[in-house]
Amino acid sequence: MSLWEYANPVKFLRLSERVLPMLWVLAISSTVVGLLWGFFFTPDDIRQGSTVKIIYIHVPAALMAINAWFMMLVASLIWLIRRHHVSALAAKAAAPVGVVMTLIALITGAIWGQPMWGTWWVWDPRLTSFLILFLFYLGYIALWEAIEDSDTAADLTAVLCMVGSVFAVLSRYAVNFWNQGLHQGTSIPVATGERSVADVFFVPLLISMVGLGLLFFALTLYRTGTEIRMRRTKALLAREGRN
Amino acid sequence: MTLTVTNLTIIRGGLPVLADVSFVLETGQALILRGPNGVGKTTLLRTIAGLQPSLNGKVSGAQDQIAYAAHSDGLKAMLSVTENLSFWAEVFGQSDISHALVAFELENLSDRLAGTLSAGQKRRLGLARLLVTGRPIWVLDEPTVSLDTTSVAMFAVAVESHLKSGGMALIATHIDLGIEQANVLDVTPFIARNDVAMGSSVEAFL
Amino acid sequence: MKALLIRDIRLAVRAGGGFGLGLAFFLIVIVMVPFAVGADTGLLSKIAPGVLWIGALLACLLSLDRLLALDFEDGTLDLLATAPLPLEAALSVKALAHWITTGLPLVIAAPVLGVLMNLPTQGYVWLVLSLLLGTPALSVIGTFGAALTVGIKRGGLLLSLLVLPLYLPTLIFGAEAAQRGAAGADASTPMLLLAGISAATIALMPFASAAVLKVNLR
Repeated sequence: MSLWEYANPVKFLRLSERVLPMLWVLAISSTVVGLLWGFFFTPDDIRQGSTVKIIYIHVPAALMAINAWFMMLVASLIWLIRRHHVSALAAKAAAPVGVVMTLIALITGAIWGQPMWGTWWVWDPRLTSFLILFLFYLGYIALWEAIEDSDTAADLTAVLCMVGSVFAVLSRYAVNFWNQGLHQGTSIPVATGERSVADVFFVPLLISMVGLGLLFFALTLYRTGTEIRMRRTKALLAREGRN
Repeated sequence: MTLTVTNLTIIRGGLPVLADVSFVLETGQALILRGPNGVGKTTLLRTIAGLQPSLNGKVSGAQDQIAYAAHSDGLKAMLSVTENLSFWAEVFGQSDISHALVAFELENLSDRLAGTLSAGQKRRLGLARLLVTGRPIWVLDEPTVSLDTTSVAMFAVAVESHLKSGGMALIATHIDLGIEQANVLDVTPFIARNDVAMGSSVEAFL
Repeated sequence: MKALLIRDIRLAVRAGGGFGLGLAFFLIVIVMVPFAVGADTGLLSKIAPGVLWIGALLACLLSLDRLLALDFEDGTLDLLATAPLPLEAALSVKALAHWITTGLPLVIAAPVLGVLMNLPTQGYVWLVLSLLLGTPALSVIGTFGAALTVGIKRGGLLLSLLVLPLYLPTLIFGAEAAQRGAAGADASTPMLLLAGISAATIALMPFASAAVLKVNLR
């Protein structure tokens, strides 16, 4: 019994059907709890007032925007190396979810920036990097849509994802070099273990992060299931056509 | 030298079209492939030439030995006949193109731009390209399209002299070329039946 | 390899090859700029390095469409794939031919257009140097985009959508070097980074390009 067994589309479908109901409940409840807690039951920040509360949606969305791309990269590599169709379809399914997360991060960032920096948009390195990430997502999705043969599309988008990842990281550093920016530093540096956020803010933030993470997972799983069913329909029609 | 094709199953658009194709081609032999349109002759030739992956089976002796010619000849309208030929000769590490010009009676056209040639003349130029590759195995897909009877005879002579000098040819064609050393292989019996596995990208989802 | 290079250059230069189109496009874009932003020479000289870089980049992008599509349609790519030359090498050569027929003319024309944009005197050297270092990267990255979209009918718009984000790091460092040079500041850091990007893309991108082209040919 190995993990790769679930690379079989039918087995994967069966598993995801069993897992999904539970996952939806967990994802939606933790997102709702995290956001409500953050919005209504935390004190205002001394300097930023109540505007700080947008952090409970902004930060988790930004986190998932990057993680979604990273997941697509891993899935693409698995497809290129092991040729598991589920993997390629999972990457395809994750992209629109990732693009929505990126959009949420960008829009909430703009809404937050208006009272804080006095403008909707600044060419700050972090914001700019997310805009660039958004462009990479668009290109990736457009390439999937443009190619008819599914294996060809999977191969080409997988290579694009790899090359795109390198260039996205490169752009991140280039943008940093280009403009030092206004954006505050990261609130929860993982490496040092210290954090600049007090516990009252941190707990609901953590819950919303878990919530959006689970939501991403559930949506991607669900969409992967849809992609598998579409391919299955095609495969069944192909078999019909031969008889 | 031998080209061996063993139990080759080829796919078009993810579905198998011909299954378990096997044959052996020896030095000096030609094999004519026949079969109705859409049966998969082009796909078979492309697979043997290494342009397409096969589903099953093996092609041996083809590595870096094949000169492939299909419907489109890779000719550039804005280059002259000589320039087109010399380019392909150099790509394949050859230098002499005069014998190819002679074999397909292109000497008088050598300075004309390929774009100004007639369809038949273009086809002759495309076939002359085979001679400048120096490759022993010719894999030809409908080589006589738009050729008149004289040109077809010219082509048959070229193939025969290629075979005599130790070459081989694998040709998909509908007309009788009159080549002595040629065997005929009808691919119809190889049409993939319904019990042939359909390839992982379909099979995985059933 | 030399044969392929000579053939591609010859094809570009002959009638219908599109040589000079990129150059004309570059000129037109630069001419349009003052009409859009106003003819204030102070403003123009301030934005000159960036506008010239954008113009060159777009002119380069414009010609990518033809880079592989024509050879794909007439079967040349199939034949090249069966030739002894590895596809990686063939694509590197095609990128080089693209640079010689598109990138290099842009580099040479840039100073002339710099005059139109009131580029400060000390900026010329840096503009030309940064374009000279940066345009090869544009050609190699563009070849990857062309290989990716070669099988798609009317893939031109998609090609731009895919290639432009990949052009960003090159543009940022290139324009920054030209900008700093024009302002009389030290431009060596962005210049070195630009050189690094060019060197890395020239070395690595042909492998990615060949991989996707093989997928598209099958």
